[in-house]
Amino acid sequence: MTDTISTKTFLEELRRYQKGSVSRRHFLGVTGLGLATAVMAGAVPGLKPRRALAQNLSGTLNFTTWPNYFAQANFDEFTKKTGVPINVAVFGSNEEMLAKLQAGGTGWDVFVPTNYTISTYKDLGLIEPLDLKRLPNYDLSTQDPRFVSEGTIDGVVYAVPKDWGTTGYVINTKNVKSNPTTWKEFWDLTKGELTGRTMVHDYQLTTIGNALKYFGYSFNSNDEKELADAEKLLLEVKPHLFAINSDYQPSMRNGDAWMSVCWTGDAVQLNRDIPEMQYVLGREGGEIWTDYYAIPKGAQNPDAAYAFIDYILTPEVNAREVEAHGYPSTDSRTNALVPKAMLENPILYPAQDLLSNLEFGAAATLTNPLRAEIMARFKAA
Amino acid sequence: MNTTQQRSGLVTTALLAPAGVFFFFLLILPLIVIIVYSFGERAPAGGYSPAFTFDNYLNLPARGKAILNTLTLAPLATLLTAVAAYPIAYFLAVKVDPRWRLALLVLVMAPFWTSQLLRYYAWILILGSKGIPSWLALIGIPDLRIINTPYAVLIGAVYGFLPLMVPPIYVSLEKLDKRLLEASADLGATPWRSFMQVTLPMSLPGVATGSMLVFILLMGDYILPQFLGGGKVFFIGNALVDLFLQSRNWPFGAALSLSLCAIMFVAIFLYMRFVLRQSNLRQEAVV
Repeated sequence: MTDTISTKTFLEELRRYQKGSVSRRHFLGVTGLGLATAVMAGAVPGLKPRRALAQNLSGTLNFTTWPNYFAQANFDEFTKKTGVPINVAVFGSNEEMLAKLQAGGTGWDVFVPTNYTISTYKDLGLIEPLDLKRLPNYDLSTQDPRFVSEGTIDGVVYAVPKDWGTTGYVINTKNVKSNPTTWKEFWDLTKGELTGRTMVHDYQLTTIGNALKYFGYSFNSNDEKELADAEKLLLEVKPHLFAINSDYQPSMRNGDAWMSVCWTGDAVQLNRDIPEMQYVLGREGGEIWTDYYAIPKGAQNPDAAYAFIDYILTPEVNAREVEAHGYPSTDSRTNALVPKAMLENPILYPAQDLLSNLEFGAAATLTNPLRAEIMARFKAA
Repeated sequence: MNTTQQRSGLVTTALLAPAGVFFFFLLILPLIVIIVYSFGERAPAGGYSPAFTFDNYLNLPARGKAILNTLTLAPLATLLTAVAAYPIAYFLAVKVDPRWRLALLVLVMAPFWTSQLLRYYAWILILGSKGIPSWLALIGIPDLRIINTPYAVLIGAVYGFLPLMVPPIYVSLEKLDKRLLEASADLGATPWRSFMQVTLPMSLPGVATGSMLVFILLMGDYILPQFLGGGKVFFIGNALVDLFLQSRNWPFGAALSLSLCAIMFVAIFLYMRFVLRQSNLRQEAVV
């Protein structure tokens, strides 16, 4: 038997392990927990540590995510390794995901919520706490702390980060010559020389948020007066818009639209194929965000869900994801494997002075009924 | 005698039971849920929370613009579709060699073999700046923007719903008694007058049926305005999608959808009364 260890030593070891200073093996060994688990497992088979890609997975995995957001090769490999085929469903907004989960019976096993939704999912009891023991490839110590905090509520981990990004705008420099750098210019150009060529998201959080930036207000403002200003701007801009649609890649590619509110990865994908496409982060600020992997309550196939998240967070696999979708990873182990050109790409990694002005979206921003009404009036106008 | 009656009653019940169960669970029950929801309140994070309030109905003017857009564009699109469909139906029923009739009718329906979504995607390209506008630019009409305007929605509606409008008109024209036209000609009517006073009134029920089909579908549509209107043309259907899936204000969404039902009911009632009266008046005039 191992020697007994004091509570204080145990906690110190736990902290070291959590910070990633020691390996899991060291932690289990020094605390005696490894042996204890092994002895217990002999009597209670349910306690046996499960291998990540266990042989006895079955059924299918229902995965719900955003457009243009994964590497098909990874999914094919997962299916080959585990025999579990992946059904992918693509959504247009966090509200839509929330609405489906509230209505119930989604059959989803894994989904991809954005940072500001997780507390709402937790409050509504729509999301499972994650058992990190079943995600051996997830390592908190190699994660950028900015991008993990909102997945953990009151010390319980509900979601682990997938990647992060920013919300700026993309311009086609073939047509847009004026080299804009601010949100003010974005809206002024739309009303002026780019009339009929601009797209905004069909998403109140980003569309209203970036209209607020025109006046220098917070992206997350829920102040009635400030929102009224944003609404006035949006109604004024409406006749000059090409479209209100979060699927802006097709219109940007075929030349109908010349400027659009845009997320990091879409800018990377557009810029990769058409070098004239440039990404602009408004000087006034705007949004920075993290997307997470999470398991909804009542998932049909939790074993496959854990196996999938663990597989996809494996650095080599995750690096292939990043290369495909163009959103930066939150994991330093993954970044070490991503091609240098991507790590130096200012679309993925904007300059620090631009980043420091950005705000994470807030839960109240998403669920504010006044914002929903403003968006409806804007679209109906 | 008595037992026969009883048996026939049982048979009727048995035959109606499946449809009755179906309607009860999939129509009546959901309708009751919607009615109950429409008097509730939006839960703080969205969804439904029980209450008894008329606020959702009092708040309907907040979607007045969507209702107005729908009530302008849906009837206009129905009218355009009827105008476009009538000559096709007339040609098929009256002019064409009967040997080709069936093949041509099948061709009218052929677009239905492809998903509606795919066809709208095709129209996005056709109406986009590299499509028709670029050809028009060649003949000197520059910078014409069609896609993502109400015009694109109208074009898409005529294209999308034409196959629903042609068959009812065709049927009413085909069963038209040709001897009436001979009689009309005998009495000295020009072909145009015969058409206006005999053919058209007699085929109005077909036009009415087709228009009804198209109008009902258009009133509830949200895909067409979303795709060809680029999110800028906002129908009641789009307002409903946003209320249920974006802002998750289910009670307000329930009230709006019940209002849509009410609007349709009134519109269809008025329209049918108008058409029937026209049709009767004209027929009396003919007689």
